[in-house]
Amino acid sequence: MSYAFNWGLPPAAASFAPEIDSGIALIHWAMLIIFVLWGAFFTYLLIRYRHRADVGVSLDDTTHSLKSLVPDVIVMIFEIGLIIFYAIPVWAHIKMKFPGGNEDPVELNVIAQQFAWNVQYPGPDGKFGRRKPELINFYNPIGLDLTDPAAQDDVVLANEIHLPAGAKALIHLSTLDVIHSFGVPEFRLKQDAVPGMEIPVWVKPTQAGTYELACAQLCGFAHSLMTGVVVVQSPDQYQAWLKSRAPAKPQQAAAPGANF
Amino acid sequence: MSDDQHGHAPRSFWRRYVFATDHKVIGLQYFFTSWVFLLIGFTMVLLMRWELAYPGTPIPFVGRLISPLLAPGGIMTGELYNSLGAMHGTLMIFLGIVPLGFAAFGNYILPLQIGADDMAFPRINMASYWLYFVGGVLMLSSFILPGGAAQSGWTSYAPLAEFNPGQTTWLVSMVLIITSSLLGAINFLTTGINMRAPGLSLFRLPVFVWAQLVTSVLLLLAFPPLEAAAVLQLMDRVLHTSFFIPAGLVVLGTKVAASGGGSPLLWEHLFWFLGHPEVYVLLLPAMGIVCEIIAANTRKPLHGYKIIVYSMLAIGVLSFVVWAHHMFVSGMSPMLGNFFLVTTMIISVPSVAILTSMIYSLQGGSIRFSVPMLFALAFMPLFGIGGLTGLPLGLTVTDIYLHDTYYIIGHFHYVVVTGSIIALMGGVYHWFPKWFGRKMNDFWGKVHFWGSVAAMNGVFFPMFIIGLHGESRRLYDPTAQIHNLPAHYWHIVSTVSAGLLMLFQLPFIINVIHGIFWGEKTQENPWKATTLEWACPSPPPHGNFEKPPRVYHDPYGYSVPGYREDWLPQNVEWEGA
Repeated sequence: MSYAFNWGLPPAAASFAPEIDSGIALIHWAMLIIFVLWGAFFTYLLIRYRHRADVGVSLDDTTHSLKSLVPDVIVMIFEIGLIIFYAIPVWAHIKMKFPGGNEDPVELNVIAQQFAWNVQYPGPDGKFGRRKPELINFYNPIGLDLTDPAAQDDVVLANEIHLPAGAKALIHLSTLDVIHSFGVPEFRLKQDAVPGMEIPVWVKPTQAGTYELACAQLCGFAHSLMTGVVVVQSPDQYQAWLKSRAPAKPQQAAAPGANF
Repeated sequence: MSDDQHGHAPRSFWRRYVFATDHKVIGLQYFFTSWVFLLIGFTMVLLMRWELAYPGTPIPFVGRLISPLLAPGGIMTGELYNSLGAMHGTLMIFLGIVPLGFAAFGNYILPLQIGADDMAFPRINMASYWLYFVGGVLMLSSFILPGGAAQSGWTSYAPLAEFNPGQTTWLVSMVLIITSSLLGAINFLTTGINMRAPGLSLFRLPVFVWAQLVTSVLLLLAFPPLEAAAVLQLMDRVLHTSFFIPAGLVVLGTKVAASGGGSPLLWEHLFWFLGHPEVYVLLLPAMGIVCEIIAANTRKPLHGYKIIVYSMLAIGVLSFVVWAHHMFVSGMSPMLGNFFLVTTMIISVPSVAILTSMIYSLQGGSIRFSVPMLFALAFMPLFGIGGLTGLPLGLTVTDIYLHDTYYIIGHFHYVVVTGSIIALMGGVYHWFPKWFGRKMNDFWGKVHFWGSVAAMNGVFFPMFIIGLHGESRRLYDPTAQIHNLPAHYWHIVSTVSAGLLMLFQLPFIINVIHGIFWGEKTQENPWKATTLEWACPSPPPHGNFEKPPRVYHDPYGYSVPGYREDWLPQNVEWEGA
């Protein structure tokens, strides 16, 4: 792949990443042009109107002019264009329209905690097992209730997410303790996980590879260590991986009330 | 309204310089205290910058002096990093720039510019300063109190702040500081509206006074929600309520004993309802100062005085409806994001209008590159960078990627440091002769200016590059994340520049101290400026004006055709005008 100037952005690996990148590039080119034109005018004024003993002040056209609103109008038009043709539709595409129905997305729960990312896949039955906060302990970080039949085949991982390339994934994002933020720079994806809420996030990875998942919201003293990996595989490899992780036999249900 | 008998200044040292009621003494108290807090906040960030550039290595010189609990072997811990981060933000904003731009400059200059003999409520003014002082000292002393300093960022997001140590002291200090600002805001509004000299109609007010009045309204309306929120968070911590804690949380394996029903998003909304107007509290006084300096140093009236005033008023109103652009990816309804996207784009309009008016003010002028003017000129392009880089952050889609990266750090430091602080420094050089009857040294002023401007760009511009690479803010060790490594050397550029920036403050500090005692003596109006503060002696005596001034003209009567001088003071009656 040839090198192209891309404002320092990391490689893009999700379906909506090019849309975000083009916006960032467009705005930065516009900013650069505005700043250069404006800086040239500014420099010209400083030189042209520097203090000279023999040149007086010219008061023409200074107090009642509306020309200081001209740049405003230009900026307004640019911004209105950005809002209508870029921000609102792309925002709706990324944050408001979630895969479902016949799209059959890969679904998973991501449950953040200080300082780890817990991941729950529903397993072959396609149903998430019930979680209860009172069942959380060292061996059961998400409090999975193994008395629930749907929980028997669930796959629980820490700091590791596997996704098939080219398919949409729907992530149900939640947290056990404080606010965290699910950020994968290559996906151009960021979403806070808020205590008491379950927030849907979708992504369609386009490139196989391993990407870093890092918490993007201050969550405590080890915030910078709260990382994980997102492994994007071809659909076949993903299915093979999922099978290899499925519990071989029904998991042992803990006796009621026993947390260990 | 003032309770002192003017002409009979209080004699005792305590009443005159410590528990003072004279607006000028209080202004200088605020001035010196806020600079000390700014320097402390800056020192904190130097330690953080070392950690960012060279994570996991001992801090040179001072590392061994820090308690081994916080920095074993001189190497900073994550807890200390988070404490310094929270305290840096709090000190710079609430104890540094707001008290400097609003309280220090406002206290000293506003009554003079409206021809008043003092503030409307001198004793409230004194209470305001001392609440600020006590709140600030308490905030700083949290480092040596049990639990240490707050560790949850200046934003103190719940529920992290509910569980972290040190937060209680932060909240109590904030309540004191906010109360101080509220008292100040009431005082400024009352003074500015009621105590104007005869003839000084609202549209004859200098831009600086307008800026202070709008700032007062912002403080008055935006701070109470944060004060209430701080009290609620305090109750969550000490009385075990759960205003911001939902049910069912498990922290480090332990179920949180809270009844639940609270909302972390509620804290974010309350915080940013203050937080965004706060940005303009930091900025408007700076803009006012820049306007004053430009008018005096171009020798012509400001371009578009009314456009500037109306724009400031518009900013005052609009800044209350943009707060949730800090929360695009917070989990609030994405539909709300669209509303705040639109309001955010709208608020750029008055800001651009003010900046454009400043630039057009140069046209046709006779620009004197005095030291204050250099600062005022630097404000324009540098604040311009700060404003422009707000665009991709205010736009919902691009914010998904840039949110909480170093890009936002670069953005708001360009606004607040190369914007507000640059302007405030210019204000110091501009009004120093009024305060002390002496000038600051020009040569060292220029050394301070060029060194600071270069170093500030060296500190903050790399942050845009780091941010575009996708590096998050508030990382104690950025190298712990692999995707941060390609841009890491920019952190070293930034850190070295921060050290240089501190170095270039030495000429400034020495210049101020030297100027107070040994500076070149000046007359009452060294800049040949027109506004009322230059019509009283330097420094003004108790009671300010020898006889109450009367105002005859618009504020910026420079180069009035036919007048014998190129400046026509507001208080000089002249029939040709």
